[in-house]
Amino acid sequence: MGYVLNAVLWLPLIGGLILLLLKGDGPAERLLVKRWSLGISILTFLLSLILLFSFDSGSPAFQFVVDRPWLAGLNYKLGVDGFSFPFLMLTTALMPIVFLASWNVETRVREYFIAFLALETLMIGVFCALDMVLFYLFFEAGLIPMFLIIGVWGGKRRIYASFKFFLYTLLGSLLMLVAMIWMWSYAGTTDIEKLLVTDFPHEGFRIFGFMITGGAQTLLWLAFFASFAVKMPMWPVHTWLPDAHVEAPTAGSVVLAAILLKMGGYGFVRFNLPMFPVASDLMANFVFTLSVIAIIYASLVALVQEDMKKLVAYSSVAHMGFVTMGLFSGNQQGIDGAMFQMLSHGFISGALFLCVGVVYDRLHTREIAAYGGVVNVMPVFAVIFLFFTMGNVGLPGTSGFVGEFLTMAGAFEANTWVAFFAATGVILSAGYALWLYRRVAFGTIVNPHVAEMQEMGRREIALFVPLVIATLYFGLYPKPALDAFGTSTAHLLTRYEAAVGERPPMALPGAAPAAAEAHH
Amino acid sequence: MLTAIVFLPLIGSLISGFFGKRLGETLAQWIPTGLLFASALLSWIVFAQTLGGEDRLVRLFTWISSGELQADWALRADPLTAVMLVVVTTVSALVHLYSVGYMAEDPSKARFFSYLSFFTFAMLMLVTADNFLQMFFGWEGVGVASYLLIGFWHQKDSANAASMKAFIVNRVGDFGFLLGMFGVFAVFRSLDFDTVFAAAPQYAESTFHFLWMEVKVLEAICFLLFIGAMGKSAQFFLHTWLPDAMEGPTPVSALIHAATMVTAGVVMICRLSPLFEWAPGALAFVTFIGATTALFAATVGLVQNDIKRIIAYSTCSQLGYMFFAAGLGAYPVAMFHLFTHAFFKALLFLGAGAVIHAMHHEQDIRKMGGLWRYIPLTFVMMVVGTLAITGLPLLSGFYSKDAIIEVAFVGKGWVAQYAFFVSLLVAAMTSFYSWRLIFKVFFGPRVWKHDPDPHAAHVEEAHDDHGAHAHDDHGHGHHELHPHESPKTMLIPIGVLTVGAILAGAVFAPGFIGSGYEEFWRGSIFFGPDNHIMHDFHDVPLWVKFAPFVMMLTGFFIAWTLYERRRDLPAKIASSQEALYTFFLNRWWFDQAYDFLFVKPAQALGRFLWKKGDGATIDGAIDGASMKIAPAIAGLLRRAQSGYVFHYAFAMILGVVVLVGLAVV
Repeated sequence: MGYVLNAVLWLPLIGGLILLLLKGDGPAERLLVKRWSLGISILTFLLSLILLFSFDSGSPAFQFVVDRPWLAGLNYKLGVDGFSFPFLMLTTALMPIVFLASWNVETRVREYFIAFLALETLMIGVFCALDMVLFYLFFEAGLIPMFLIIGVWGGKRRIYASFKFFLYTLLGSLLMLVAMIWMWSYAGTTDIEKLLVTDFPHEGFRIFGFMITGGAQTLLWLAFFASFAVKMPMWPVHTWLPDAHVEAPTAGSVVLAAILLKMGGYGFVRFNLPMFPVASDLMANFVFTLSVIAIIYASLVALVQEDMKKLVAYSSVAHMGFVTMGLFSGNQQGIDGAMFQMLSHGFISGALFLCVGVVYDRLHTREIAAYGGVVNVMPVFAVIFLFFTMGNVGLPGTSGFVGEFLTMAGAFEANTWVAFFAATGVILSAGYALWLYRRVAFGTIVNPHVAEMQEMGRREIALFVPLVIATLYFGLYPKPALDAFGTSTAHLLTRYEAAVGERPPMALPGAAPAAAEAHH
Repeated sequence: MLTAIVFLPLIGSLISGFFGKRLGETLAQWIPTGLLFASALLSWIVFAQTLGGEDRLVRLFTWISSGELQADWALRADPLTAVMLVVVTTVSALVHLYSVGYMAEDPSKARFFSYLSFFTFAMLMLVTADNFLQMFFGWEGVGVASYLLIGFWHQKDSANAASMKAFIVNRVGDFGFLLGMFGVFAVFRSLDFDTVFAAAPQYAESTFHFLWMEVKVLEAICFLLFIGAMGKSAQFFLHTWLPDAMEGPTPVSALIHAATMVTAGVVMICRLSPLFEWAPGALAFVTFIGATTALFAATVGLVQNDIKRIIAYSTCSQLGYMFFAAGLGAYPVAMFHLFTHAFFKALLFLGAGAVIHAMHHEQDIRKMGGLWRYIPLTFVMMVVGTLAITGLPLLSGFYSKDAIIEVAFVGKGWVAQYAFFVSLLVAAMTSFYSWRLIFKVFFGPRVWKHDPDPHAAHVEEAHDDHGAHAHDDHGHGHHELHPHESPKTMLIPIGVLTVGAILAGAVFAPGFIGSGYEEFWRGSIFFGPDNHIMHDFHDVPLWVKFAPFVMMLTGFFIAWTLYERRRDLPAKIASSQEALYTFFLNRWWFDQAYDFLFVKPAQALGRFLWKKGDGATIDGAIDGASMKIAPAIAGLLRRAQSGYVFHYAFAMILGVVVLVGLAVV
């Protein structure tokens, strides 16, 4: 099945390359470009379905492996496991929606669609690369199209935003590259599968008199952390995200929120947790602290936003706080929950950015105060917006709940303080999400332009239908995804616990008390 | 059958929600109503079967499974569930029917019925849950339904504010519920009721580390879960949303904010009695909060002027009764009061709705008076409801409320004494405010005829659009009111509830709390080895048995004096006790305090972190570092628009492709 994986990976880019041959920029050509891109993305999705049907979520091994010698002694190695495969599916499933959402783009259409098609290949590549160098290439190259999407098709402050985005993420990755080189020199391979079973040294040593507990693992951990923390994004390196979202075109925001943010979390489970378990355990409290700050800080900031996209962006930062918290809880629920939270966030935040896009297309402003009473003119939109608002709030029955619940349950076992503070996010998220909804949808129409807003058309409704189904399906029956994650998590934890030891149970049972003691 | 009971309302909700427009108004109302009646009928059958000793468990499919954490979608019917099934579906069916009349002039009927049925579904999922997680699903589901229904008239800003407040305050409770659940899972490695309950006694003395404390496991878990119950059941500290929830249409208040949803906290504690019985400290806290709520809400209820708010505070206060009964270990008594309360409180709310309907959406009792002549049926039924709530012998409230007071008398410890004292005092207050409402609304001078400007009151009093419709359709002018009896669809449900309010106590008392209580509840409620309160409370001194009756008469007499005999007195008392009066009228300043303590600081902090944290500090540092590189990049991007950089960038990607492509070749 490796060739199918190869096809899924390269098809979008090849589709993009073919577009280069197209001449002319008339309306007919534009429509052709759009249809072609949508077709390519749908074909990619259909191909990935073949993988879905033959994927064995009971096995922790890498599947559909492709392994060929590459240049300079490196290997071109692809494959997916329970951690990466759901994200591959998320990417292929989401891209047709992204293209459909871009139907109204009229400037530099061909380049726009080429950029997105290239981006799709690069994103899929991140999730299925099994060679460290290959991973790095995909991980970094993905920056370029996104940088262009924001910088060329973005809003007024697009230069600032794209540059901030680029600089932040690039600086993080440079440290990762250094770490990778060190790992290669230590292990003699760049094969991720082999690195996963390499024991990196964790004996402490001194640098200029400073004791480095956890030794090499800690330094490597920090290098990878620098890169992934920016991608997540974690507090305090999150400030690129609101700007990038605000300036990015709708489809760019969707891809950014739904897929690109997931690369950080994926990186943690692919590199930090399994390769540097001792350091991960040492750093857990540090990550918890940043995560909890992210949840509370970003939620409070979201509460006072006046720009819809910024509000949703800050809510993303808060939700990613749950992810990092869960990942480093060191137990099954925490990690499963974190992975699931990322998947679910893909649907929900993607849909929320689409919602913003829908009203932005009509009123050309993202300022919340300009709206009010939208439910009166766009009832279908209001229902969908409410649905995803509730998903964002983490209502049980939507996929948003499952991840939040599991990450907090996992965190509770690791440290009750963390769960305690994270749970305040449950209150705050209701605050900012409902406050946004109330100001946009409810009330009487004050702005006369709102009264002229048209209900969503068929194309727009079609954007949301798959997302609604996914959010509901995974909210009520998350088992397929949790099974895939769970197998890989269990596999990861056996190694993790072998390195750092098992955690003792929280409370031990006593004998059943005699009647007299129990009730005075 | 159980599956049908739970899912028929959901089907009804989906039908009128999605196809309401195509079906037309009539069908969109009657389909959910019909399905609800079917569900209610089945519930009574299940109730009878359960009494016959037949429990059920229907497993649907897996919900969340992650390592040891396994939770299924499952429906469980034991006596505790069965009682709730009949309460929920019966009241809901009647409220659906009532709404056909009450919402006759509303343009969004399908939406209303869809929400109402969805609420019922969520509530049924809550009471049939077999594990903590599904209970939480129902818990949040009813929360959303409540949010949607309170804000049903979404043009009204006050309704939107109230619905948001309800959701957020409930989330504060959920915060506790969630932490409690995490505790349960962390300790018991399961969220299934049966597994957890079976293991609970072994953990009675166990401790764990929670935050900075080393605490008893079960005490901590029960305390946290109870915070959830406080939110949902509007107990002291987390009660502020309930009075505001009256912004919703009156049938909603009757169903959700009186008979069913707000009692979920009581159900939770009874369901979790196998945990709470090993947590005496948490139970004492439950008792204390319950008693305090009963007292607090009654004091506020004394002075309110909005007919629905009076009944809302009354609900809050009665919920307090249920909680301290449960806190003292008399779970069946709490459930019994829940059961009878559902009937008479739904009756009072629906009656109030009929009054409001008759008065064309006037809710201020100061603008009513003398109505008994115009709406005699409503009047009679409201009086029955009042007699039931105040505890007239042989009516339903008498059985349940007196039992609670007796339970408080025999309970042990200072909290029980406190609860006993409060319960007697509140009995008098309840009687007073309930009769005050009757006197002000149905007797006395007809204030409304002399109302100089009813239009002003109308605007101030909500339902703008809705009210306008009512006026137009009925052809009433703005300067004169012609109170009229409500249509049959409204009167019949009130009538059925009236029968329930009269009979529910006498018929069910022997089973619920009499000598047969153990066979009735079977394993669904657990009593610790030392909990004999269900036996003890039958042997109380005679004066305790008579005390509630005396209190009721006292309250009635005071109300009669103040609002029938000496109508000048209330104003005088209010002005002589101004501080206390203002304190009660402003609901002990809770809203203002919370706004000052939580809402304002959260906003200020958010703004500070945004501008100073993100803006000045983080971005300040980043921008400072990057000022030197920025122009270069900006230059690049300027060329990007001319297309060159695009080509450069694309060339980079191509480079990657070529590199990688070597492998494929």
